[in-house]
Amino acid sequence: MTAPLKHAAQLSAERAQTTSFYEASARTRVELLLDSGSFVEFVGPEKREVSPHLKIFDLPEQFDDGIVVGRGRLDGSPVFVAAQEGRFMGGAFGEVHGAKLTGLLRAAREIESIPVLILFDTGGVRLQEANAGELAIAEIMRAVMEARTAGVKVIGLIGGRSGCYGGGGLIAGCCSALAVSEPGRIAVSGPEVIETNRGVEEFDSRDRALVWRTMGGKHRRLLGAADVFTDDTVQGFRDAALELLGLVGAFGLDKLQAEQVRLTDRLRSFGTCRDAIDIWAAEGISHAETVPDLPADQFISLANKIGRTSRDAR
Amino acid sequence: MEDLSFQHRARERAGGTRQTAIIGVVASGNLEVLVERILSDAECRLEIKTAAVGFGEVWNAVIVDFVERYSPGGLKFSINDGGARPDTVSLRLAQAVRLIEEDDQ
Repeated sequence: MTAPLKHAAQLSAERAQTTSFYEASARTRVELLLDSGSFVEFVGPEKREVSPHLKIFDLPEQFDDGIVVGRGRLDGSPVFVAAQEGRFMGGAFGEVHGAKLTGLLRAAREIESIPVLILFDTGGVRLQEANAGELAIAEIMRAVMEARTAGVKVIGLIGGRSGCYGGGGLIAGCCSALAVSEPGRIAVSGPEVIETNRGVEEFDSRDRALVWRTMGGKHRRLLGAADVFTDDTVQGFRDAALELLGLVGAFGLDKLQAEQVRLTDRLRSFGTCRDAIDIWAAEGISHAETVPDLPADQFISLANKIGRTSRDAR
Repeated sequence: MEDLSFQHRARERAGGTRQTAIIGVVASGNLEVLVERILSDAECRLEIKTAAVGFGEVWNAVIVDFVERYSPGGLKFSINDGGARPDTVSLRLAQAVRLIEEDDQ
């Protein structure tokens, strides 16, 4: 019995190394991120806890409402995990979708010792469930902070096709630490939202290079918003999660105050910059304009030279 | 949205021991298939909720072909469809059977 199991674990590890996190579904991400065969889903699709709102809009439902939650093991240790499916309704938060994440975080808060991994892939609140979705965001933010206060590490992993926008960006900002890949984007207002409200002169949403150097993973790592940058493989995110679980320390009011100071300093240092490239140059990166073209390994060594967000903050 | 339901006799029981499996995502041109081993060995049922209204005959043709090829006896398929083309539907149905025919770990 041992031999075929070992074989399955090896096979899974090989798949994790060759599978793009960006391209994978939420279920594949969870399966390959955790130890082989260890995932147990809570409120799985067979329970059919679908959105109560989409039917009203004559829109199709998904049996898991676009989020997979459960428990498993990471390098032998227990973890809770939630993964959003960015292709269903843009990974957006609805009432049930949000409640599943809130419940997971509250369970972690009660148990205190098991960390939570959140695989964000979201455009924000599901517009068809506006108020319920907004409430879900507020509940999740509170649940993240309560879990952290109880000593739980909450790690965000961001590298999906929908990025991490809107309320998702707010929740990510509440996490203990974040890992991001190049295609992952972190922001609150998305490119189209900014252009619609402030005009194309402010932000041209069709300028993909501008979008990525303003919201993309590399910039978020260099700004200190994300703690670790990884190549776009599930194995890369697994390694990043393990690294972050080792780095995150205790949480309390002093941490929040240090984070406030860090953000104030950041605004003072870079507040007048017109473009991300200006910020990178101000951080002391020579040939800052070449950063978007750097392959992942070269970028990681550059980012490590610039330094890492102080673990006193966040 | 349109609800469709199909009932077929299968030649034989689907292999494997897993009780449920799920494949696919509800997105434009895609669908999810939840398959459950809850029927008697000779039965097969498919329940579909689709965003594309008026394609019952095409669904019927795809499903008759699927049941003939894979003999998914004992399986109930619940489908949420975002307007997938027939070839995508065939692929997802085949993937669903393949998944549930794996032995439980």
